[in-house]
Amino acid sequence: MYKIARENLTALFQKIAADQELYLPVRTADQVNFGVWTEDADVDLDTLKSVKSPKDVFFPQSETLYTCIRDGKKLKVEPEALKEQDFVVFGMKACDLKGVEVLDRVFLSDPVDSFYAARRDHGTIVSMACHEPEETCFCKVFGVDAADPQADVATWMIGDDLYWKPETEKGQKLTENLADLLEKAEDAGSEAAVGEEQEKIRTIIEKLPYSNLSLEGWNGDVLMEKFESPVWEKLYKPCLACGTCTFVCPTCQCYDIKDYDTGHGVQRYRCWDSCMYSDFTMMAHGNNRTSQKERFRQRFMHKLVYFPANNDGMYSCVGCGRCVEKCPAALNIVKVVKAFQEEEV
Amino acid sequence: MSECTCHKNYKLDTLIPQVGVITDIREETPDVKTFRVNAPEGGKLFEHMPGQCAMLCAPGISEGMFSITSSPTNKEYQEFSIKKCGMLTDYLHSLEVGDEITVRGPYGNHFPVEDELLGKNLLFIAGGIGLAPLRSVINYVLDNRENYGTVDIVYGSRSADDLVQLKEIQEVWMKKEGVNVYLTIDREQEGWDGHVGFVPNYVKELGFDVNKTALVCGPPIMIKFTLAGLEELGFSREQVYTTLELRMKCGVGKCGRCNIGSKYVCKDGPVFRCDEVDEMPDEY
Amino acid sequence: MQEIVNRAKELLADGTVKRVLGWKAGDLPYNPEPAYFEKEEDFEDFVYNGFCGANLSKYMIEASKLEGKTLVFLKPCDTYSFQQLLKEHRVDRDKAYIIGVGCKGKLDIEKIRGLGIKGIESIEGAEIEDEAETLKIQTFYGEKTCAYKDAMLERCHVCKGKDHMIYDEQIGESKETKDADRFAEVEKIEAMSPEEKFAFFQKELSKCIRCNACRNVCPACSCRKCVFDSNKFDSSQKANVDSFEEKMFHIIRAFHVAGRCTDCGECSRVCPQGIPLHLFNRKFIKDINELYGEYQAGADLEERGPLTSYQFDDAEPGIVAERR
Repeated sequence: MYKIARENLTALFQKIAADQELYLPVRTADQVNFGVWTEDADVDLDTLKSVKSPKDVFFPQSETLYTCIRDGKKLKVEPEALKEQDFVVFGMKACDLKGVEVLDRVFLSDPVDSFYAARRDHGTIVSMACHEPEETCFCKVFGVDAADPQADVATWMIGDDLYWKPETEKGQKLTENLADLLEKAEDAGSEAAVGEEQEKIRTIIEKLPYSNLSLEGWNGDVLMEKFESPVWEKLYKPCLACGTCTFVCPTCQCYDIKDYDTGHGVQRYRCWDSCMYSDFTMMAHGNNRTSQKERFRQRFMHKLVYFPANNDGMYSCVGCGRCVEKCPAALNIVKVVKAFQEEEV
Repeated sequence: MSECTCHKNYKLDTLIPQVGVITDIREETPDVKTFRVNAPEGGKLFEHMPGQCAMLCAPGISEGMFSITSSPTNKEYQEFSIKKCGMLTDYLHSLEVGDEITVRGPYGNHFPVEDELLGKNLLFIAGGIGLAPLRSVINYVLDNRENYGTVDIVYGSRSADDLVQLKEIQEVWMKKEGVNVYLTIDREQEGWDGHVGFVPNYVKELGFDVNKTALVCGPPIMIKFTLAGLEELGFSREQVYTTLELRMKCGVGKCGRCNIGSKYVCKDGPVFRCDEVDEMPDEY
Repeated sequence: MQEIVNRAKELLADGTVKRVLGWKAGDLPYNPEPAYFEKEEDFEDFVYNGFCGANLSKYMIEASKLEGKTLVFLKPCDTYSFQQLLKEHRVDRDKAYIIGVGCKGKLDIEKIRGLGIKGIESIEGAEIEDEAETLKIQTFYGEKTCAYKDAMLERCHVCKGKDHMIYDEQIGESKETKDADRFAEVEKIEAMSPEEKFAFFQKELSKCIRCNACRNVCPACSCRKCVFDSNKFDSSQKANVDSFEEKMFHIIRAFHVAGRCTDCGECSRVCPQGIPLHLFNRKFIKDINELYGEYQAGADLEERGPLTSYQFDDAEPGIVAERR
């Protein structure tokens, strides 16, 4: 293990950013999101949750896939280059790491999405333990340990020091590059400090109102039973059919593919899409999800039933609680799970 | 979280299309054209299996999933029979021989011609443009005749003018030994001396023996009543295959829009056995 | 609150209304959701407190299509939206039974979080009967307090007043919460140089994630099919193809609601990225006031909107164009 004083973090970021891109939580116009580090970026390591999850580091909201150039009757397809430069993501929390595991299931399963895969390969993830978990967090429900965020490097911000523990080869390599800034912390005191911080985090997590949410009855085998439940009819009504929940979510991965006419050719790009939008499944001859009830149901059925059915029981929710914080109508996955519990009692 | 090392050898992404050139256009009906597509340097763009689909794109217009109507046994080209019914298909209908489009695929599963259908007596039932995916299997079966039992084809459409591939049906399929073709149209029409009536009713009238496996494709309402008709004749759900269609974007089960329950039509379909369809929620 | 509940139950029981549109308590101290109540026992979860900021007027578009009357609770500012919707024939007056409820300013959980208060267990002082000027907030990291005023939604600082514009009956007192000039922020931006203005909006709008929450919550955005949902429109609703487009989305939306926007502030309340979207609309309102005379959308049912009526002395287009 290593450590670095908080006041030296800027030097650390400078050093990392000297030869690769560095993404970390940055405050812009009063909101914290992951962004590229620059000298004048307002880095914010104290806000627990970025508004958007950092998934866009690997799966950007909008990315060009290829450009199609027309020359008379002839067409030419020029694929967009894959990410070739290494980069570092600093400050990802345990829930968001689990979110990447969920995305891996989608994008790295056959056929591999090479745009995503290239970014995964070139990215080194430095995680950060959740110093002060909040009431909207329920990562424990999904087996996530906010006190032990396993990534290429795991870090803990304790008082004025950041404790730094490389956990993979990539993490070792990054650590070696930063050797002159990181101080060895192999002493018993350091281990104890991290242990104590972990204990503190876990104690708070135990007390959080959602930590004991039960997912009993939610798995890949209950498809018809849950699909046909009358509970959906009661639940969906306040839903505004916006995409806030899906766009802040670390695991939502639905996308659209669209054209952008540059005047010199057509750029075909993909962008995040939301199953909450009415045009999501619209076809020339109609829509198979005819009302917001069906669209609402789709989102939660996907997270708690369809995804586990296809992925060895893994849920497509990590308990980050962003939807809890951001839904304009105060709906969220926790309310869904609880409503079913009440119904089944 | 584990380190990610599983994919060091990227190939060209499945979302990147190839350029295809239109080498022939046949006007089948007033609103259906069959497009022949080749690689610009000649030859086929890819190999496929009967029932599979491909994404055709007119850059700047739109992209859509179409079933490949030619048989894999055709070694020269791929064909798509396309009905004019929206922005993309309107545009495709305006294209001429020599125009280029982009094509990616093939996507999805296929009719189980190499296993479950081997040695079986086959009953093909198609309505309208629904013949497109079945034509691929029919020609595959006819080209590998020794591997399959009897072949019965029931095909109907709104009018005699709306029957697609009529030339091939009359000149090839009807002339093959051991192949019975039954044509029908919805309403009486001058110059038509064949059967008149809806496909589901015709199937019941013909009263097929249950020693067959049925492959059904057509508009949803026709599929619904045909399946009911087959059930009346004593066919079990395991004996019937059909295809489903939903809005698609990626073709590889990742963009998230064509699922019915936990199945993605683009990846796990479009071909489903009816007992599989029964297990799905009613959202298609 | 009990008075509200009792009255609602009465109106349900005597058949005046078929259902009640109000707020249902959430599972955290601050997340009630808009909800329908149809049976007496449903009211167990009914809540009306400082966190019931959601404007229920827009839900009345759908409720107007249901059989029978819907009882809806509207705060003074919400009634402007309802009346505007009525003017635009989007809601049916005969299908609504409006109880105008009192308001002492609504709370914004984001403001509370912004004060560094996190790990919230309970909040005292948000009840509607409470005269408390301070919120007492129990957190996992100790007890915190914050002035009610400091936790209020922006719109409450420029409150349009305590009067309900339309109602069948009224329950509860309202409190004066206005302590800022409605156009002060707009004037600040007007005073900026073009470069500063551009930088300001660039910074704010670059946060936009195109979730459409602002549009979907907006009572003025009541088109059955939105222009942004058309697949024939280059600027589609889901993502920015370039950095110009996110501005277009909000500017086009502001134009579309100009003259009809009541300044209810829902767009800014729901924006997950805290973009002060109301500033666009308020700029339009300020300009309309200056060019065509004071006008408040939703304040009455008869008067024609300034952008849909022609007056002989209307400002000439040239005058409009020359303005900054």
